[in-house]
Amino acid sequence: MLIYLIGFFMGILSGLAMGGGTLLVPALVILMNVPQHTAQGICLAAFIPTALVAVITHLKQKNVKLKLTLYLSGGALLGAFLGATLANQVDGPLLRKIFGFFLVLMGIYQFFSKPSRE
Amino acid sequence: MKLGYILTFKNLAVLGLIGVVTGLINGLLGIGGGTILIPAMVFLLGEKQHVAHGTSLSIILPTAIISTFVYQSNSHIDWALALKIALSGMLGGYLGARLMQLIPAPHLRKLFGVFMAVAGIRMIF
Repeated sequence: MLIYLIGFFMGILSGLAMGGGTLLVPALVILMNVPQHTAQGICLAAFIPTALVAVITHLKQKNVKLKLTLYLSGGALLGAFLGATLANQVDGPLLRKIFGFFLVLMGIYQFFSKPSRE
Repeated sequence: MKLGYILTFKNLAVLGLIGVVTGLINGLLGIGGGTILIPAMVFLLGEKQHVAHGTSLSIILPTAIISTFVYQSNSHIDWALALKIALSGMLGGYLGARLMQLIPAPHLRKLFGVFMAVAGIRMIF
């Protein structure tokens, strides 16, 4: 039951554009004792169907600059392969610390950022 | 700096770097990467917020698929849990998008910023 509650709550935060995915990993690790690697893998896999629907919606609303998608995707795909391979080379406790470090930075950024009104 | 999409070496280098950093975050941490990509598009490339949002998702989707493959090949995905999260997450996402107008976003944003920092510290120690 807890897993559905976590998913539902993180979904609400994502819908509000408030970093639901970012909080999903610590929620799985801290509340459900899921190993760090698995929590990150779950976060990636669960993101795909939601993102697919969102991308189709954005395409229909002409919010996607395909040229920019093309230019940025090359580096992003390379980075993802390198990043994911690196993540799978380090052990769980270290990956957890790395994640925690970025989470603190993102929390500080989120605290001080001013969302644009558009 | 605004890129007019004239592919000089400098522009290609900037676009490539933004892409690689986004991908690295996605693969290493398992989170989207929109946190980096959206501000980069708005501030470095001068895109409008809604275009940056839509375009960032179109980049992060294939990026997340690559990362998922790598995690899967290392047996680091629990598909049963992922399915439960995806289903309940979509329901919550729909509700969240609807609630956007009703909720005092700036205060909540600060609250969850604090949440993130606290969760992060807890994960480090």
